[in-house]
Amino acid sequence: MDNMLDIRNLTIHYEVESGTVHAVEGLNLTLGRGESLGFVGETGAGKTTTALGIMRLIPNPPGKIKSGEIIFDGENLLDKSEAEMRKIRGEKIAMIFQDPMTSLNPVMTVDKQIAEMISLHKKVTKSEALKLAGDMLELVGIRRERMHDYPHQFSGGMKQRVVIAIALACDPELLIADEPTTALDVTIQAQVLELMKELKQKFSASMILITHDLGIVAEICDKVAIMYAGRVVEYADKRSLYSHPIHPYTRGLFRSVPDIDEDVDELPVIPGLMPDPVNLPSGCAFHPRCSMATEECAKVRPEMQEAEPGHFAACPFCVKKFMNGEAL
Amino acid sequence: MSEEYIRVENLKKYFATKRGMLHAVDDVSFTIKKGETLGLVGESGCGKSTLGRCLIRLLDSTSGKVLLKNDNDDGYIDITKASPREMKALRKRVQIVFQDPYSCLNPRLSVWELIAEPLIVNNVHSDKNEMRKRVRSLMETVGLAERLENSYPHELDGGRRQRIGIARSLALNPEFIVLDEPVSALDVCIQAQILNLLNDLQREFSYTYVFISHNLSVVRHVSDRIAVMYLGQIVELSEYKELFSDPLHPYTQALLSAIPLAKLDVQRERIILEGDVPSPIEPPNACRFAGRCRYAKDICRTTPPALKEILPGHFTACHFAKEQKQ
Repeated sequence: MDNMLDIRNLTIHYEVESGTVHAVEGLNLTLGRGESLGFVGETGAGKTTTALGIMRLIPNPPGKIKSGEIIFDGENLLDKSEAEMRKIRGEKIAMIFQDPMTSLNPVMTVDKQIAEMISLHKKVTKSEALKLAGDMLELVGIRRERMHDYPHQFSGGMKQRVVIAIALACDPELLIADEPTTALDVTIQAQVLELMKELKQKFSASMILITHDLGIVAEICDKVAIMYAGRVVEYADKRSLYSHPIHPYTRGLFRSVPDIDEDVDELPVIPGLMPDPVNLPSGCAFHPRCSMATEECAKVRPEMQEAEPGHFAACPFCVKKFMNGEAL
Repeated sequence: MSEEYIRVENLKKYFATKRGMLHAVDDVSFTIKKGETLGLVGESGCGKSTLGRCLIRLLDSTSGKVLLKNDNDDGYIDITKASPREMKALRKRVQIVFQDPYSCLNPRLSVWELIAEPLIVNNVHSDKNEMRKRVRSLMETVGLAERLENSYPHELDGGRRQRIGIARSLALNPEFIVLDEPVSALDVCIQAQILNLLNDLQREFSYTYVFISHNLSVVRHVSDRIAVMYLGQIVELSEYKELFSDPLHPYTQALLSAIPLAKLDVQRERIILEGDVPSPIEPPNACRFAGRCRYAKDICRTTPPALKEILPGHFTACHFAKEQKQ
């Protein structure tokens, strides 16, 4: 499979008063055509910053892409001019933001908001654009009669459908969804996830789904990248990651979610807190919280290693153990 | 454990709005046992937080009773009708932990001041040293390091802030604590730490909890019994395991099937509900779930179902719960 997106050694910093925030630190990631990747991590892991980096939407100042390459369709997005980026955003790469309440314009009817996207990127007349907007609404399960309504007349789930309609209006090659269902209730979340699954097949777009919910990733993604303190610490296809996670952080993450079928008295927790991104620990950023950490871990920053075909983890000890068939 | 501690009878809370009466909590009756955790689940707008607040009278109820067992005799006191003087005494017995640790703490008070505040307000300690000791011991109980004493909330992460909120609610040695989405604003790792803390505290001090959450796996983890709310009413109430293994109400069934599981190869039928929760303003006198229910028949649209005990200790408000069972 050819890679549509290839991120190499991406580093993004925010310069703030108290120092430099190392939001993304030497991140490597690839995404094949038609694949969907779940991007998992806790608050402050750098998920959203990575996504904004791909879109070249990092607020500058204080943010800055320090180094690295983002190769999209064979071209480095970091070399593009702002005018070229404007053509790519929305047409080739589209983004769905977390909060549908704030990502829609409150004083503009939804059909116009969708048509705006279409007329920016396609040579169509105004009435054609509005007609296409109506089609898009129907596609995401909103009746055409409601196309002249304002965002406040829709519920949260419906608003997120409108946002999805805008993102898909130009048939993008890559869709980045940043916590698309976090603001929604479970039954509404189920509706939206069902819709996204359906549309994924219809549009054959690649997708990066940013989330902190391992359950949502299990539903719609093929590949998973676990992010910790600005780096990807584990990357694999869904099946191998869920059946045998390797990195200690990933394993801790899985264990700390209460299970729906099993009773446990005490939830196993990862001790401590996420490190301060201004002051990252030396070596492996996870070592102060890791029960297996050795002196070595505090000195050398571990590289990603392949434990089995397609399954990478940034912990040499666990990878070695796994390859020797030892229990983790 | 089986001793009845709080009895809620026909509790209603209506809000007057421009478009009519909003039935936030509509005729809810249940009991809470001493030392148990009652989980309260439902989607946003179902009235779970309003109910939680009515239980400890942060909101005055429209009608109905919340009977709290007296300490010394077998009598009950009705919280909804307690006098201001009685209420002041009751405030020491009932407490609440709020959802958002970012907005429920005064940003201009230090950690020490925040935790001492309830003690000062209630004149618990006349001696300054004693109070200092008490605050220190509270900080230790909830796992806050002593060095944080003079920090301000903005310097702390969400997990630590939530620990301050918990310490404040524990300060007066309450018996009953309403936990209103205490972990919803936290990351999973921190969430697990706080859940363990709440669990340990309950074991040590035998608190009675009402745990409000929209996260079903969290509620299952902490609760002894679970009540499911829909549009101001309890539609199902049962021991936690039975609720998950054998849900009787069609809404509970849909809710459970909608949880995304962090597991592969789980075979289950996903029930996708049509549409959204209808408006709680002037709801029809019928089953409120009928419009989205796949089993709805004529009777559901004309007669509201009562909450009935279908199995021992398992209540549900559905006309067809019995038939479904067969």
